[in-house]
Amino acid sequence: MARFILPFVIFAILAAFLFVGLGLNPHEVPSPLVGKPAPAFTLPQLYEPEKQFSLQDMQGKVWLFNVWASWCTACEYEHPLFMELSRQNIVPIYGMDYKDKREDAEAWLRRHGNPYTLVVSDTEGRVGIDYGVYGVPETYVIDKQGVIQYKHIGGVTEQVLSEKILPLVKELQAK
Amino acid sequence: MKYLLIALLCLLPVFAGAGEATDMAADPVLEKRMIGLAENLRCLVCQNESLASSHSGLAEDLRREVREQMQKGLSDQEIIDYLVSRYGDFVLFDPPVKKTTLVLWYGPFALLLIGASVLIYQLRKRKTLIVEPELSTEETQRAAELLNETAALPNQPKDSQA
Repeated sequence: MARFILPFVIFAILAAFLFVGLGLNPHEVPSPLVGKPAPAFTLPQLYEPEKQFSLQDMQGKVWLFNVWASWCTACEYEHPLFMELSRQNIVPIYGMDYKDKREDAEAWLRRHGNPYTLVVSDTEGRVGIDYGVYGVPETYVIDKQGVIQYKHIGGVTEQVLSEKILPLVKELQAK
Repeated sequence: MKYLLIALLCLLPVFAGAGEATDMAADPVLEKRMIGLAENLRCLVCQNESLASSHSGLAEDLRREVREQMQKGLSDQEIIDYLVSRYGDFVLFDPPVKKTTLVLWYGPFALLLIGASVLIYQLRKRKTLIVEPELSTEETQRAAELLNETAALPNQPKDSQA
């Protein structure tokens, strides 16, 4: 009997590791930016390209920074959530149009609605690199001091929004 | 006409390589340095490709970024630090030894050690398990007879008799 126990224990450990591995998403790379100041940038606004937006304008506010693009299919799935969130007026959502054409982005927002307080264009994807963006959509929660408190990679789901993002936003706003 | 066509066809391999590096720096020394660095960096979109060989848009952007930082005079280590501060240790194909990477670095050796000790233990145990069978006098005699018999036979392959 005893001779079967050890192989079984080894099998169980291996199976546990493999099972956990199945549930992990290799595309979710832990971001070293969480807890660090959001990298500074100045970018032209999507609707008024002659006007610039810079990170300093956001001091003292808790806000969501959503990186999206008109060519990104996952963005279409998370978009209704942001539409709903903007109606509730809980937290301002700023969008960054990543590696996109202006006309395409405008057409996309006409079709799906515009939940953003303001949209900036990162046509070349340079600010994206500063933010460690490697797959759109990505969403950041930035606090009043301009520190990144949370980063979500991929489309935001209802669960992520209600269980992680919104409680965090409320906590940060109360500070 | 025919020869011209053949000559053109012979030139084809020259262009075949062009698809790999659509975005090249004018300075070949810098390009070589960039490729050397990018070969040890992971592309985050297609994760098992290096930054040097990936065709993804992000990899192109990152190569451009590395190139520009090199032109600004930053050292290789400074550029690597910049990328790690943005994308984490994950961009490195050769991650540093840290608390979080201890298992990654030393786990295989630990497993090897466990495997070797189990093997040695089992082999030792096996030695005590194999006991030379003791023969009775009768059996010893018979064995000796059989051995003599085979020794007397001419040294021929067995199947030659058939």
